[in-house]
Amino acid sequence: MQFNLEETLMKQKKLIAALLLALPATAALADITVGVTVSATGPAASLGIPEKNTIALVPTTIAGQKVKVVVLDDASDTTTAVKNAKKFVSEDKVDVIVGSTITPASLAMIDVAAESETPMVSMAASRAIVDPVDAKRRWVFKTPQNDAQMSTAITEHMSNNNVKTVAYIGFSDAYGEGWANEFAGVAKARKIDIVANERFNRADTSVTGQVLKIMAAKPDAVLIGGAGTPAALPQKALKEKGYKGVIYQTHGVANNDFLRVCGKDCEGTFLPAGPVLVADQLPADNPVKKSAQEYVAKYEGAHGKGSVSTFGAHAWDAFKLLEAAVPVALKKGQPGTKEFRAALRDALENVKNLPAAHGVFNMTPTDHLGFDQRARVMVKIEGGNWKLVK
Amino acid sequence: MDFQIALLLGQDGLTNGAIYALLALALVLVFAVTRVIFIPQGEFVAYGALTLAMLQAGKLPATLWMIAALGAAIVVIDGAIAIRHGAARRLPRIVLSNLGVPLALLLIVPNINAAGLPLIAQIALTLAVVVPLGPMIYRLAYQPIAEAPVLILLIVSVAVHVVLIGLGLLFFGAEGTRTPAFTDGTLDLGVTMLQYQTLWILAISAVLIVALYAFFGRTLYGKALRATALNRTGARLMGISTTMAGKLSFTLAAMIGTFSGILISPITTLYYDSGFLIGLKGFVGAIIGGLASYPVAAAGALLVGFLESYSSFYASAYKEVIVFTLIIPVLLWRSLTSHHSEEEE
Repeated sequence: MQFNLEETLMKQKKLIAALLLALPATAALADITVGVTVSATGPAASLGIPEKNTIALVPTTIAGQKVKVVVLDDASDTTTAVKNAKKFVSEDKVDVIVGSTITPASLAMIDVAAESETPMVSMAASRAIVDPVDAKRRWVFKTPQNDAQMSTAITEHMSNNNVKTVAYIGFSDAYGEGWANEFAGVAKARKIDIVANERFNRADTSVTGQVLKIMAAKPDAVLIGGAGTPAALPQKALKEKGYKGVIYQTHGVANNDFLRVCGKDCEGTFLPAGPVLVADQLPADNPVKKSAQEYVAKYEGAHGKGSVSTFGAHAWDAFKLLEAAVPVALKKGQPGTKEFRAALRDALENVKNLPAAHGVFNMTPTDHLGFDQRARVMVKIEGGNWKLVK
Repeated sequence: MDFQIALLLGQDGLTNGAIYALLALALVLVFAVTRVIFIPQGEFVAYGALTLAMLQAGKLPATLWMIAALGAAIVVIDGAIAIRHGAARRLPRIVLSNLGVPLALLLIVPNINAAGLPLIAQIALTLAVVVPLGPMIYRLAYQPIAEAPVLILLIVSVAVHVVLIGLGLLFFGAEGTRTPAFTDGTLDLGVTMLQYQTLWILAISAVLIVALYAFFGRTLYGKALRATALNRTGARLMGISTTMAGKLSFTLAAMIGTFSGILISPITTLYYDSGFLIGLKGFVGAIIGGLASYPVAAAGALLVGFLESYSSFYASAYKEVIVFTLIIPVLLWRSLTSHHSEEEE
């Protein structure tokens, strides 16, 4: 009796297992599967959370095909991001990977994307993710502007306003270092002297030492290379110690939490940013205006007025690219196949004149970002709001 | 570097050092009484500051739900133990002591306009919400394994730290907050400017340190804690409950941590994960004191504050390296000078 019971149980188990295997297999054949890895926790959470929120707002069908989106959190951790990418490729059989939020994780994921011949769209800023386009980076695209584009906007504004000496203070991590190098390069071309070069940590509770050193160098302007609310700390310290010059921030601070934390100490600050930050103030003939407003309306509709940030728009733009490329790729293959992935990659590389929230995409075989000057504007903080500098 | 810069840096170092000193004292206290290296000490700094910020923003602090949940968990565990031992009459007391405060706060806080209260009342509310976490964490995480080796207690500490960080992100979000200063403005001393908040930090730290000193020297509970730290078995034989000692030391540690957070949140932006690094610097101070001596730990923490401040002027990119490298010569010096006795494990 005992023996028979066990046998029946075994049979049932096998049947269930077979059913479980069959279910996702049938689903995967018909749908386009997108694997998204975002840094919704960990140090980059303030960037990753709006991205994750944005993913929930993207269209569920593209060109009549259902889109299945698998979202995983990589906790701002490189190893986890790679693990997620591997899972997408081997278990979910995704057609395209979107992610990650930050540069180190995105760089590490390139190998997985190239090896499995899966196109990947990163939401991280560094140029190194897509440049140079080599055998591996063939498969990789990204949506945020390069730091170089942003730093030329700053130096241009500086020389137009007669700034001759600048002090730099940035994060003591890849972001701060990257900006220090980019800025040093373009500042030299415009004959702007960097008179102090300081670092601070995201978690620091005081930057008095660095600020005193900067004040002693008497610069015309200070550039703060930080992201999110921690970038408010040097600015507050500078104001407290009575610094009177102009202060520049980077586009890493472009969310409303920064305004909240920095308060009146941030009045008059200049920063370069994606046009989506001031979508409503853009002139009507700006090609980005409509597409940027579309995203702002959608995000604020779901999360309340003033909740939109530029970071979430990078995720939106990634799906804009997919919306443009998928219909082309569908003509060459069925989702879930190697042919479809290759066709999708080719289609992404040929996206032309696509207005998105952050700019207009014009991809080429050597430029897997595809943004030009229209992807950045100078913004001034006035009365606790972002004001477009005309 | 001229005199004025040196003075400003010294002032900055002293302010940070005072906070590190408070945390170092709490770490020494917890370690001496329970042998727990309390890594989550810094989390109380963040929880305190962010809970106060939530109250001021007119929101219901999520930490309130946490103490209610932890209180309920303790009631279930302690209640089950009491019933198994046939002591069901103890149940009302268990419920009252673990759920009384959380439920009372849950009734009061949503019905008063917390954002409109005077700052001192907001601080009192914050302390009432966050400090109970200390003894509750002790009850749930450490009390069942109170006799375990130091290493296991340390591993549990790491686990508690990770849980608190994760919950912090869930409760407070990824962005940081600042709270308004106790007293706005600066004091002009001629050679330098002092923010009133800096004076508050120094004064309250000094008061807390003196109060702790008096507590350990003069009160029965303080003496009981010292006895437990000196010799657990001996203290038990004298009728001192080690569980009580553990809970009391965690309460004090939570109070010190929460208060530190409230003190510094007007001068810096605090995030859900800021506490760890602040606690770690307090830990360097505590290590300088050999996790045993209160005055040396406090002095060590002040040293960390000064070192941090001056190195941020000379070599800002290497500031953390310099601060944490301090621990190596200190350990070397301690291992050479102190008489080493092998522990039981």
